[in-house]
Amino acid sequence: MSETHKDYAGAKLGMWLFLFTEITLFGGLFLLYSVYLHRYQPAFHQAAATLDTFLGGANTVILITSSLCMALAISALQRGQQARCKLMLILTVLMGLGFLVNKGFEWSAKFDHGIYPGSEHLRGLPQGQDTFYSLYFTMTGLHGIHVLIGVVLLSVVLLLVARQRVRQDDFIILENSGLYWHLVDLVWIYLFPLFYLIT
Amino acid sequence: MNQAATLPQSIPPGYLASSQGKGGLASWLFTTDHKRIGLLYLACILTLFAVGVCLGLIMRLKLITPGNQLLTPQTYNAVFTLHGVIMIFMVVIPSIPATFGNFLLPLHLGAQDVSFPRLNLFSWWLYLIGSLVAVLSIFTGSGAPDTGWTFYVPFSERTTTNVSVAVLAVFILGFSSILTGLNFVTTIHQMRARGMTWRRLSLFVWSLYATAWVQVLATPVLGITVLLVFAERVLNLGLFDPTRGGDPLLYQHLFWIYSHPAVYIMILPAMGVVSDIIPVFARKRIFGYKMIAFSSLTIAFVGSLVWAHHMFTSGISDFAVLLFSFLTFIVAVPSAIKVFNWLSTLYKGSISLEPPLLYTLGFIWMFSVGGLTGLIQGAAGPDIHVHDTYFIVGHFHYVIFGGTGLGMFAALHYWFPKMFGRMYDRRRARTAFWIILAGMNLLYFPMFVLGMEGMPRRYYDYLPEFATGQFISTVGSWVLAAGLGLMFWNLYAGLRRGAPAGPNPWGAATLEWTLSSPPPHENFEHEPRVDHGPYDFAREASHE
Repeated sequence: MSETHKDYAGAKLGMWLFLFTEITLFGGLFLLYSVYLHRYQPAFHQAAATLDTFLGGANTVILITSSLCMALAISALQRGQQARCKLMLILTVLMGLGFLVNKGFEWSAKFDHGIYPGSEHLRGLPQGQDTFYSLYFTMTGLHGIHVLIGVVLLSVVLLLVARQRVRQDDFIILENSGLYWHLVDLVWIYLFPLFYLIT
Repeated sequence: MNQAATLPQSIPPGYLASSQGKGGLASWLFTTDHKRIGLLYLACILTLFAVGVCLGLIMRLKLITPGNQLLTPQTYNAVFTLHGVIMIFMVVIPSIPATFGNFLLPLHLGAQDVSFPRLNLFSWWLYLIGSLVAVLSIFTGSGAPDTGWTFYVPFSERTTTNVSVAVLAVFILGFSSILTGLNFVTTIHQMRARGMTWRRLSLFVWSLYATAWVQVLATPVLGITVLLVFAERVLNLGLFDPTRGGDPLLYQHLFWIYSHPAVYIMILPAMGVVSDIIPVFARKRIFGYKMIAFSSLTIAFVGSLVWAHHMFTSGISDFAVLLFSFLTFIVAVPSAIKVFNWLSTLYKGSISLEPPLLYTLGFIWMFSVGGLTGLIQGAAGPDIHVHDTYFIVGHFHYVIFGGTGLGMFAALHYWFPKMFGRMYDRRRARTAFWIILAGMNLLYFPMFVLGMEGMPRRYYDYLPEFATGQFISTVGSWVLAAGLGLMFWNLYAGLRRGAPAGPNPWGAATLEWTLSSPPPHENFEHEPRVDHGPYDFAREASHE
C-alpha cells in the first residue's frame, strides 16, 4: 500500500483489514484442504511422504529468520538507525528470494517425477493423491506469489528508506509492509505441517 | 447555512467545476475527490445497467411465445449469463455503496474525504478494468460464457466458451469491492468530525458500515473460488472434478459463502437509503434508531451463516438442510425489524409524497413481497418444489430489482439536487415511478405462478401451458422499460435545465444539506462541530 495518509492509526487499521482479507482468501483453500484430508486420510498420508521435509524445513527456518530481520528493520528505523534498517531489509529480501529458489528446486524435482497438475502419472495414483498434489501446488503456489509480491514490496520500501521518504518520524509504510511479510510467514507456518509433516 | 430560506437564482460551481486551472477529462479520470469518484461510478454503473436491461429485454422477447426462435439456444445461454454477470457484479454490488456511499460518506461524517483517497481512485480503476475484461470475454475466445452467473462446476470447467476470462473479470471486480469496503470501514472509524458520535451517524452510514465489513470479510472467498475455476481450466487442477477425486459440492459451498452475504452487500445500502429518506418526508424522527442500526449489523452477521440454503437439493445432509433452514428464518427477523420501524416512522407523520419517498414506499412493497417469498424457499420442504424454477427468479428480482433497484432510484431522486444543484420535474418523476412499479409487478409476479406450476429457470423453451404467464411477463418488461426510459429522461432533463435546487430542498438534517448544492471541492470550509442527531428536524427548522 503506497498510501501516505498522515493518519497513522487509520493506515494501520486499513492494513489489518487487508490482512483479514488475505486470511479469508487462504481460508477458502484451507477449507478445501480440511474436507479432503478428512475424506482421503490414507492417500494424504502417502502423498505427503514424498515431499522433501528437509527442503520444506529449511524454507521454514529461512522465512522465520526473515521475519525476525523484518522486525529488526522496523525497530532500527524507529531508533533512527537508517543503515541498520537498510541492512536488515536487504537480508529480508535475500531470504525471501532464497525461499523462492528452494521452492523452485522442489517444484522442478516434482515435475521431473511426472508430478504436476493434470499429469498422466497423477491420474494413475490411488484416489486422493491427485487431490493432495493439486492442493499442494495451489496453496504453495499462491503462497509463493505472495512471497514474490512481498519481495518486490520490500525492495520498493528499501528504496524509499534510502531516499529518506520513509524515516524515523514517518515509517508507517515500512511497518505495514512488515505486517504483510509476517502474514506471509504465518501462512507458511500452517502450510509446512499440513503438507510436509502430516505423514 | 441559512440560505435555504431564499431560493438561489444561480448554481455554485462546486466540485463539478475544474479547480486550480486543472480541467478536462484527466481531472475526472485521475481525481481523488470522493464526490467525483462517486459520479464516475454512477456513469459506469448506469451504462452497464442499460446493457443489462437490454439483455433482459432480449431474453424476455425470446420467451414471449413457446417455440420462439429469436435466439439460438447457445446465444440464449450466453444472454442470461451476461445479464446475470453484468447486473450482479458490475451494477448491483457496487450500485449504492460505490456511487452514493462514495459521494455521501465523508459528507455524512463531516470529513474532507475518505481515509485513503488514492486507494479509492484505484478501486474505481480496478472496477473499470474488470468491466472491460468482462466485455472482452464476450467478444474474444470461442464465444461468450454460457454457465449462468454462478459458474457452477463441473460445467464451467468443461465448457469451451470464454469462462476463464470472465472469472478473471469477476476476480478483479471483487478486488475493487474489497478495497472500497476497507476504505469505508477505516473512514467511519477515523474520519468522524468532532461531536459525530456513533449514535449520531446517519443510518445510511450504519448500513454502509455493515456492508463494508461483509465486503471485506466475504469477497476474498469469491476471489479464491473464481481463481480456482480459472486454475482448474488453465492449469488442469481437478480439485472439483469428480473423476479425479474432487467434489463439485465444495465449489457450491465456497461460491455461496461469498455470494449469499453478497446479497446483503446488495440490499443493506438500499435499506440505509430508505432509513434516511423516510424520516425526512414524514417530518419525524426515525423510530427505533438503535434497532435499525443494530439490525444492519445482525443481518451482516447472520447473513454470513445461511449460505447453504442455496443447496437444499444439491445433496447435502438432512441435518445441514435443517440447520441452514433454521438460520435462514432467523435472518428474516432483523429485516422485519427494519420494515416495522419504517412503518412506525411513517405512522402519524406529516407525510409529503415527494418522488424520493414514493420510490422508497415502492422499495418497502417490493422488498416485503420478495422477502416473504424468500421464506417459502428458506423452508426446506417447499424449497424442493420451487427450487431452480421461475419462483426463485421472481423472488430474486423482487428483492434485488424491486428492493435495491428502487432504493437506488430513491437515492437518485433524493440526492440528485445535492449532486448537481438542480431539481428534476417532480410530477414526471411520480408518473415514471408508477409505470416502473406496474411494469415490475407485471414482469415478475407471473414468475411466482409459473414457478409454482413447475417452469424451470434458464430453460430455452417451455410447454404451451406456461404461455400466458410468459406472455404477461414479457409485456411487463416493456412497461418497465418505458418507465425506466421516462425516469432517466426526466433526470437528464433536470440535469440540463432543472431549476436551481438550493442547499436543502427537502429540509433534511444530515450534514450534506448544510453545504451548497453541488458541494465545494473540499466539502466543509471548517471541520463541522456536530451537536445533534441526523434526524433532528425541529432543530433544523429553528435554524431557518
